[in-house]
Amino acid sequence: MENYMKLEIAAISENESFARSAVAAFALSLNPTLNDLSDIKTAVSEAVTNCVVHAYGSKSARDKITIECRTKEEDGFGVIHITVTDSGCGIDDVEQATAPFYTTLPSEERSGMGFTIMQTFMDEFSVRSAKNEGTQVCMSKRIGWVKNGEIRELADA
Amino acid sequence: MQIKAMTNNNIVYMTLQGEIDEHSAERARREADRLIDEYAAAESAVIDLSGVSFMDSTGIGFLIGRYKRFRRFGIPVYVTNLTQSTDKILEMSGVYTLIPKI
Repeated sequence: MENYMKLEIAAISENESFARSAVAAFALSLNPTLNDLSDIKTAVSEAVTNCVVHAYGSKSARDKITIECRTKEEDGFGVIHITVTDSGCGIDDVEQATAPFYTTLPSEERSGMGFTIMQTFMDEFSVRSAKNEGTQVCMSKRIGWVKNGEIRELADA
Repeated sequence: MQIKAMTNNNIVYMTLQGEIDEHSAERARREADRLIDEYAAAESAVIDLSGVSFMDSTGIGFLIGRYKRFRRFGIPVYVTNLTQSTDKILEMSGVYTLIPKI
């Protein structure tokens, strides 16, 4: 079943929990496993945290993050497509930024694993960024796809 | 995020409860470091993650930061009782080479 939602939130850390929970709730119509839901929540949390910490680097509620989600059926699987967009500072070197353990803020106990987690936890992942214009992260996950022998379990709605 | 600590036979047990993300981490760091300093005479430390309902990569930085603080006092650190999703993040990031899972 095709479905769509668009969420615009202030780029403040208080909204990280709301954003990941909202996307997980939207994904429920695909009847995901608990592992699928956990992966989606973690990936969204990473993307939103990047916007708050790196794109804007401020606590201003005027800065906005846009999250768009589409669910559809593709090749017999439910799929969720998620885009997280900011209008922040942009990324100088996307390849470097997405390398494991790379961080511009090591002094703040940043692990540099955010993009790696998004890549690993989702099935498709891409980043587009323009300096001083913003960044868009696109991620997709097939729901119900049995991977690495994991057995499907029903999520609690 | 709630953090509690207690000792038994010179082992400090630190229990984390709640969600670890960018928003909750700063307060959690302060509270954990206060407890680490309080239990600096311990011989080893075990961080119980059974109550962690959500963790993103912020949790990796949080745990490595606390590992470094414990090491200042020569205290080795272990993690235990991980949920499946927490285990997945810590495994892929190689945290267990510093903080073994027991």
